[in-house]
Amino acid sequence: MPEAGHTGEHVHPTAEVYLRVAAVLVILTVLEVGVFYVPVFHPVLVPALLVLSAAKFTLVVMFYMHLKADSRFFSFLFGAPLLLAVAVMIALLFLFFGALTLRGTAGAG
Amino acid sequence: MTHAAATHHTSMGLDSRKMAFWAFIGSECLLFGSLISTYLVYKGRSVVGPYPHDILNIPFTSVSTFDLLMSSLMMVLALAAVQRGDMKWGKIWLFATALLGLVFLGGQVIEFTEFVHKGLTISTNLFGCTFFVLTGTHGAHVAVGVLWLLTLGTRALQGKLGPANAMTVEITGLYWHFVDVVWIVIFTVVYLIQ
Amino acid sequence: MSEPRGLKSWLTTTDHKRIGLLYFWTAFGFFLVGGLEALVIRLQLAQPNGHVVSAETYNQLFTMHGTTMVFLALMPLAASFFNYIVPLQIGARDVAFPRLNAFSYWVFLLGGLLLNASWFTGPLFHAGTLNVAPNGGWFGYANLTERQFSPGPNIDFWLLGLQVLGISSLAAGFNFIVTILNLRAPGMKMMRLPTFTWMTLVTQFIIITAFPVITVALVFLMFDRFFGTHFYLQQAGGTPLLWQHLFWLFGHPEVYILILPAMGIVSDVLPTFSRKPLFGYPVVVYSGILIGFMGWGVWSHHMFAVGLGPIADSVFAATTMLIAVPTGVKIFNWIATLWGGDIRGTTALHFAVGFIAMFIIGGLSGVSHASPPADLQQTDTYYVVAHIHYVLFGGTIMGLFAGMYYWWPKMTGRLLSEPLGKWHFWLQLVGMNLAFFPMHFIGLLGMPRRIYTYSPDLGVTDLNLISTIGAFLVGVAILVFLYNVLRTRRRGERASNDPWGGATLEWSIPSPPPVYNFSVIPTVTNRLPRWSTDRHGPIQDPPATPPAPIHVPGGSWWPMVAALGLPLMALAPLTHTLWIVFVGAAVLLFGIYRWAFEPFEV
Repeated sequence: MPEAGHTGEHVHPTAEVYLRVAAVLVILTVLEVGVFYVPVFHPVLVPALLVLSAAKFTLVVMFYMHLKADSRFFSFLFGAPLLLAVAVMIALLFLFFGALTLRGTAGAG
Repeated sequence: MTHAAATHHTSMGLDSRKMAFWAFIGSECLLFGSLISTYLVYKGRSVVGPYPHDILNIPFTSVSTFDLLMSSLMMVLALAAVQRGDMKWGKIWLFATALLGLVFLGGQVIEFTEFVHKGLTISTNLFGCTFFVLTGTHGAHVAVGVLWLLTLGTRALQGKLGPANAMTVEITGLYWHFVDVVWIVIFTVVYLIQ
Repeated sequence: MSEPRGLKSWLTTTDHKRIGLLYFWTAFGFFLVGGLEALVIRLQLAQPNGHVVSAETYNQLFTMHGTTMVFLALMPLAASFFNYIVPLQIGARDVAFPRLNAFSYWVFLLGGLLLNASWFTGPLFHAGTLNVAPNGGWFGYANLTERQFSPGPNIDFWLLGLQVLGISSLAAGFNFIVTILNLRAPGMKMMRLPTFTWMTLVTQFIIITAFPVITVALVFLMFDRFFGTHFYLQQAGGTPLLWQHLFWLFGHPEVYILILPAMGIVSDVLPTFSRKPLFGYPVVVYSGILIGFMGWGVWSHHMFAVGLGPIADSVFAATTMLIAVPTGVKIFNWIATLWGGDIRGTTALHFAVGFIAMFIIGGLSGVSHASPPADLQQTDTYYVVAHIHYVLFGGTIMGLFAGMYYWWPKMTGRLLSEPLGKWHFWLQLVGMNLAFFPMHFIGLLGMPRRIYTYSPDLGVTDLNLISTIGAFLVGVAILVFLYNVLRTRRRGERASNDPWGGATLEWSIPSPPPVYNFSVIPTVTNRLPRWSTDRHGPIQDPPATPPAPIHVPGGSWWPMVAALGLPLMALAPLTHTLWIVFVGAAVLLFGIYRWAFEPFEV
């Protein structure tokens, strides 16, 4: 790659970092399944799972997909559509389940 | 492989293929976003069973999830090996990644077969429709990834893949990890939050 | 360096200029087909209780007219300029991925042919010709489009054709994003990009985010029709509203996909012919970006009539009114660009100014839909038809014709006749206003859209006749344009490098440009490189002959082969024959593998 050195920030983490991230990912997955099975957590099940899942997501994207070290422009190319997708999802959930929308007032949500 | 962009100076100092691929991944966010949104807005609207809690097998899927996470680790190790010119380990990790991908697909085949035996097909209820189309689309992505990895592995065996192709391996990795993060979301949204 | 000739050189071409010309002629062909469909529709509606065509044929005509114009005419006509002009405006030798570009074109061509094959293939489905073309409207509302209500292959053609076409747009989207960001000439900073290139970039971002959504919606519909799912079926707990949400989540950004390129063209044409820099260039760019984002937040205004509830209605009414602001800002910028300029009344400028005027009318009727109570009176009436045609014909088509007259000399080496161009413009302007303005009244008087005829008691007979006359006047205008094109091939005045005195890089090279575009890649120092400004003189045009040999990539068969796989795969569900899908996938894979491993250098 002739231009690989252009940005000078294209330093990939070492195998050791990769292994550590993998260890954290495994621990987080165990936690997820644990939260699911242990009744104590049931009141906070959904937020806890969403946080754990977001943490795993972020780890993979930052370290395995190198967004932490790579050009910030790639973060934009990925992050902007990701935010858009999340916004669309939230909007659709509101439209289908929100109070005072069609389904809310009809009580069919 | 020779590539159009690789030989050019680029305005942003970024590899053109990698940039195109990140744009593709951004586009895929909307694809999976639409599928997951549909799953969510149809949650709890099935008029007949089986319902998610009747049928989803958390221990089994946890193993699949672990398998896919490990495949992501293999993938970054493959990239690191290719980048430092260690093609022996490059090959091993590439094939290991593909193998774990195949294991995941096998798990999905077993899971789908079991669901059909328990009375959940794609046309049984809304849960069946949204579940099979969402996880099936993901599975199709895994299958494409496996094919891609096997292609790279074969090229490596033929001695046609070396450190000069590190960018190709990196892009393959981007695809593979993206498929993995989509599964991280699906595992939470579909399997754990019932 | 001589240009390769012959059929093979076109089938295997990866040259962005040739692909641009292929896009142009293919899209223009589909534009004529869509126009003919419109004329038959207008003939049918010229009189009450008309019987030019049957209700069934009428359904197919309006569906194919809308689908053809949106996906096979307007988008690819804009794509022809993306292809031809964008690399020239940024000082590049080609796009970032020349073979992917060829792939986009072939997929577009084959997808368009697949859709239009439905006109003739009725006998293959044990039906007459003119029986199996798509007939569910261009927005294909579920649950009308479900198997239960549309048992024939009509909707199958539609949903498969659109899926194929989506792949073409997506591939082109990635290609042009990278091209514009990464292949700029030295010194061509983002805020020095010509406005057309900027609007192209914004359009591509909308394309790569909006098309996956309609793909998912179409996949659901396909599964409903072929595999017994219930995505849009009420009895299983689903709702047809899901289709409307997904379709308009795509559909409204699509409106901006159609209009932003035309806005870009006009923003380049106006400065050239008023000999003045674009007024408030950064504002035009930022409002274009803002439109791209805000276009995502307005989709439910297409759905006020389904009763979303007061909060949703209010939110989407507010966002819809807000999006008029950046659009309005642009209009003031264009007018201010003309103000005090050294105006030359060329045909291209006529079309650009026509665009502004017509787009204002379409924009105003658009804002009137933003208010839910007003919208409830307008939904599904001819008022909406009037609005969409002022925006897409008065807006996009006018803008595209401005681009054609402006860049024709660059693309063909000959200037279109200006007197004929003026005839074309005035006929088209008068024709379109006769055709579409009465539709506002027709709609408010109560005539619903998509109904094949009407009663004389409705009181819209005369207005409909006027509309039909206007539509045929537009037809005459297009004939004048075609005559102009034919005449120009032989007798058109030869174009110099720069017949208009343009400020941007495409005018610094011969018309038509040599295969390598720029004999020497220029270095850009300001936003209007070919004009003198206070601080800069015009940059030197590249020499006529390259000082060093330039390597130009050879062609490739594989993009076309890979593209063939997609319509082949689509044939499988159409014919209910499973094995064809494997053949199609094999062809696609074979093409991709040969493509990936062939030696190809730029």
